Amino acid sequence: MSEMNVKGYVHSLESFGSADGPGVRYVIFLSGCHMRCQYCHNPDTWKVGAGKEYTPDELLKTALKYRAYWKKDGGITVSGGEPLLQIDFLIELFRRAKQQRVHTVIDTSGNPFTRKEPFFGKWKELMKYTDLVLLDIKHIDDVKHRELTGQTNENILDMARALNEIGKPVWIRHVLVPERTDDDESLGRLSDFLAQMDNIERIDVLPYHTLGTFKWKELGVPYQLEGISPPGAERVENAKQILRCGK
Amino acid sequence: MINPKTIDYPEWAGFLGNDWKYSVNVRDFIQTNYQPYDGNEDFLEGPTEATDKLWGRLQELQKEERAKGGVLDMDTDVVSSLTSHGPGYIDESMKELEQVVGLQTDKPLKRAFMPYGGIAMAEKSLKMYGYEPSEKMHEIFTKYHKTHNQGVFDIYTPEMKLARHNKILTGLPDTYGRGRIVGDYRRVALYGIDALIAYKENDFAATNRHGMRRYDFQLREEITDQINALKGMKEMAAIYGYDISRPAKNAKEAFQWLYFGYLAAIKTQNGAAMSVGRVSTFLDIYIQRDLESGTLTEKEAQELVDHIVMKFRMVKFARPDSYNQLFSGDPVWATLEVAGKGLDGRHMVTKTDYRFLQTLINMGPSPEPNLTVLYSSALPENFRKFASKISIETSSVQYENDDVMRVEWGDDYSICCCVSATETGKELQFFGARANLAKCLLYAINGGVDEKTGQQVGPEYKAITSEYLDFDEVTKRFDDMLDWLAHLYVGTLNMIHYMHDKYYYEAAQMALIDSHVRRSFATGIAGFSHCVDSLSAIKYAKVKPIRNEKGIAVDFEIEGDFPRYGNDDDRADKIAVELLNDFMHKLRHIHTYRDSKATTSILTITSNVVYGKATGSLPDGRKAGEPLSPGANPSYGAEQNGLLASLNSVAKLPYEQALDGISNTQTINPEALGNTADERVENLVNVLDGYFDQGAHHLNVNVFGKEKLIDAMEHPEKEEYANFTIRVSGYAVKFIDLTREQQLDVISRTCHAAM
Repeated sequence: MSEMNVKGYVHSLESFGSADGPGVRYVIFLSGCHMRCQYCHNPDTWKVGAGKEYTPDELLKTALKYRAYWKKDGGITVSGGEPLLQIDFLIELFRRAKQQRVHTVIDTSGNPFTRKEPFFGKWKELMKYTDLVLLDIKHIDDVKHRELTGQTNENILDMARALNEIGKPVWIRHVLVPERTDDDESLGRLSDFLAQMDNIERIDVLPYHTLGTFKWKELGVPYQLEGISPPGAERVENAKQILRCGK
Repeated sequence: MINPKTIDYPEWAGFLGNDWKYSVNVRDFIQTNYQPYDGNEDFLEGPTEATDKLWGRLQELQKEERAKGGVLDMDTDVVSSLTSHGPGYIDESMKELEQVVGLQTDKPLKRAFMPYGGIAMAEKSLKMYGYEPSEKMHEIFTKYHKTHNQGVFDIYTPEMKLARHNKILTGLPDTYGRGRIVGDYRRVALYGIDALIAYKENDFAATNRHGMRRYDFQLREEITDQINALKGMKEMAAIYGYDISRPAKNAKEAFQWLYFGYLAAIKTQNGAAMSVGRVSTFLDIYIQRDLESGTLTEKEAQELVDHIVMKFRMVKFARPDSYNQLFSGDPVWATLEVAGKGLDGRHMVTKTDYRFLQTLINMGPSPEPNLTVLYSSALPENFRKFASKISIETSSVQYENDDVMRVEWGDDYSICCCVSATETGKELQFFGARANLAKCLLYAINGGVDEKTGQQVGPEYKAITSEYLDFDEVTKRFDDMLDWLAHLYVGTLNMIHYMHDKYYYEAAQMALIDSHVRRSFATGIAGFSHCVDSLSAIKYAKVKPIRNEKGIAVDFEIEGDFPRYGNDDDRADKIAVELLNDFMHKLRHIHTYRDSKATTSILTITSNVVYGKATGSLPDGRKAGEPLSPGANPSYGAEQNGLLASLNSVAKLPYEQALDGISNTQTINPEALGNTADERVENLVNVLDGYFDQGAHHLNVNVFGKEKLIDAMEHPEKEEYANFTIRVSGYAVKFIDLTREQQLDVISRTCHAAM
């Protein structure tokens, strides 16, 4: 496959993102994800190879229409779905973005990560053009992680280490789900794990919300968190304390 | 008598410059004397005890007013004039606390009787609130004195009446005051009334030229009316114990004198918009002089600002229900601007610009005065952040792009309505409501027959009979129909303004404007986004009209997808720009009353609900009776790519083709704006900078979630919603004052929330 012809499959585009990286961001939601997180609010992005096709140039051109709003902090964020599933496309998109001096962010679960080739070489290439990684660690415990997402967390934690090795700035994001991720012991272990890193700029606790449940119904997939409410403010505060957010 | 060439008042001690002393030139006074302020808001003061007491009392009165169905008290048989009422205070027992005095009538929130625009409207207002119209007044204004309304209907053509009845022309100022004329109220403070009279007398003398004819007679009569109004202002001030024949000698007097000028306007006119104008930089010069001489403290300065703003919050007119439906929420558009930049490149932010915004903190959010920031990304960062912060906390600020307006109107313009500019003291605007272009498109399809009433309103051009609409055929027919509409519209407005000048001339405002005034002729467009999307649907999808038994297209079936305005998609946005350009081009080629300069606007206020009711189903999928989207906003549900894509679409509309304004209202969830308070402020500044740097004209920003709106609708009695203000295109309104239908409309509009 020629690099120039690599296409990306885009689920949707949001011109005004302010929660996915610093400043005002153009958020590109790529299609496809292998994780099956029970609380996923975008299950409509799971399908691989779905959505609208874009070349890297087309997508960057669309994004650059919003440059006037980015000022010193803003830029583009690629989310999903799982963006690393389309790493070839991502490399081409970000390489071009950096040529235009655009701030680049990846919002990833880390699930496709491996130190095996050819992925690892591509990943290192991608990191050259990536300013910030938002890494979503779903659960620190592998057994619970598998229950929650259907996938192991070993390679995800390894990606966190790999990012630390190359000194790439990272924001950790952790979704707080009552009965699933909200227990002090797990939070403590996650906190200990993160304490070993010195590339982490920020840790965000994202309270679980139910705004995406209608999508599960539309897709005809049974929702497994039925009856679980968003966490209370004091639990969110507790998690922030343990994870030393804003340390 | 004063000779304007030789006056030099001791009240002017300490002020720099000369030009403004030898001619009426407030702009020169401001530019020569103001001090730009780059610092932050830390100097600001909270409310004084007096402010808290008075504002507390006023809130009680407003509560009573709402409990009584919207009106506290009304005059029935005193015709409002400059001197029709004795002095009035917020509370007689606390009158010494009021730093700025003067009410429209003798009691707070009591509505004056103003029949000159039309006696029928005035009487309807009275009856609606349970007051008995006076027989004597009825006799006077039907038998002995003609009103503006009567004048217009005496000369309307049958075609005009039909177009009006079918609401293709709508909201016309033919039954009420046209408003939108901003007197330069600062002149009262800077020069005092006697000097202003002397200038007007010179102007009057200069009109005595050889071979005078009717336009000279008209001008002489108008200047005489203006001089009488100036004399009346002195008497009005004397009722409150003030002599305003001389200039104001300190800040307190400057506030009071300026307010008396404005009070004269609202005692004599009940215009649709009664704006205050650009006063903050001017007043700052007086405050600064007193602060420097040690005769005023910051606390006292803020109190003056709070108290004049309290007065602007009290402006009320008697208006019938039909009017409130049109304009929603009893607005006055007491629009007041802050900030902006000067032609010399200095920004015009002063401490008093901060002080005016601070009133929203000191006395809580409020729809009036309609606080407007004349925005530029070149304003000091401190100020942009402060304005954003106030916006996020109160939703009571609107933004207009000074960088595009300064090119057209200079650096001393005022917003005369919700978003329209006029050069202060030099210019007036003939308000022209709007033409419903979405309906016009239906007339093009239906051969001039109204889709709601079945009446032949437009010319009997050939109707389109094909199974599917053909883009080329529709655009050709639409162009012809638009030609007809433009001519009829301008013709109708010409009659309205002729009669308004004749029977309801704005002598008080015009007394504070140059005698040789420039005039603009402000038409407007309703149904803009629907017209654009309909044309796009016809061009890019397949649209099949559903016709009734008379062959009128009453609904449309759309097959396939089409680009919609509001997604930063050039295919749709180009149609939008062309529609605006075409309409404006047509207007420019029609004679306008008093050779005024034709302009247009896309700013339908909330009348989009009323206009929508009168408009049938459209080819873009909007069903009959549904509200039209307001102003230049994209249609509800059209936006697929979020806020900035929507803003980019609107930013493409060229301001120079719609000099009367392009309004855009956006509601943003607080969470969607950022995680922390600081991030929200930063991000809103980025949005404003990015939007206005592209040449966009106007933005209303509401920051709150849908849940809060629904709760406010269900629980209007909750204390927290008493002043809950939202911004709709071009102005702010108390949410609880909207009808339930309008509230639902506001709620259904895009709440930009990222998931």
